[in-house]
Amino acid sequence: MIIAVLLIVLAVVYYLVSTIVALQRITNALDEAITGVVGIIEKSAPVDEVVTSINANLDAGVDLLEGLLVKKAGVVDAVGLVDGLYPGAGAQGFRNIPDSQGVDAPRISEVYTKGTLTLARLGREAPIATANPAGPVLRDPAYGSRAARLLYPEVRQEKPSNLARSPVIGTDAPEQYERREDIGKPRKRMPVRD
Amino acid sequence: MTLEWIGDAILLLVVLPVVVYLLRGVLNAANSIVPSAQQIASAATAGSKDLDATALLLTTQGQVQKTIEVAADYGGSLDVILDDA
Repeated sequence: MIIAVLLIVLAVVYYLVSTIVALQRITNALDEAITGVVGIIEKSAPVDEVVTSINANLDAGVDLLEGLLVKKAGVVDAVGLVDGLYPGAGAQGFRNIPDSQGVDAPRISEVYTKGTLTLARLGREAPIATANPAGPVLRDPAYGSRAARLLYPEVRQEKPSNLARSPVIGTDAPEQYERREDIGKPRKRMPVRD
Repeated sequence: MTLEWIGDAILLLVVLPVVVYLLRGVLNAANSIVPSAQQIASAATAGSKDLDATALLLTTQGQVQKTIEVAADYGGSLDVILDDA
């Protein structure tokens, strides 16, 4: 009887001690996990505020650039510019301008290289892209500079050699002109009518 | 005396196996939790370490603010020198 009870007690003690050891290992691991989780919470606490601030600044930048682009180029040309730089992006339009989504983007990038459009915009005289997206371009992309020269008077831009020579002046000039007598004197007065 | 022997036999052949079976089940369950808890601890530690770079977000925030300010300055200048459409 005593041996049986002793065996039972020994078995109970053995398994209970083993269970206690396992539970202690679990407790230690959970303590370590809690420390890590607390670190995550502390480190991620300001993230929301900072990311919100970054997004707000970026939103303001997008609004600024979109607004400036539309103000300076107009909705149609602005969409064409964006579509030229990022093909397909023009279909999305601008965030703050709902009308820009349905715009048929002109093929600005097929006519102008980067910088040319800026110069054209600064000059204001240059025609932009196409009158009709389905039609021919207004400027020849292969001879863009010649097209720009054609905007100005023909002789000076195309045939400068045909321009009249500048007159030679001075004492050694081949053609001397008489000095007018009235230069430096009082102006002639017209006779008074009676 | 006979009853005592019967009681011993019952203790040894019935009660002891049942006690051992039950306690062994508890021990196995506790042991199976240990690796999971350790994995959770290592994952939490690694996650916390990954978030060390969040301090750099403050630098990013400042840089973004400066960039937008510079863009605003350029935009203001462009607004002055370029005609409106």
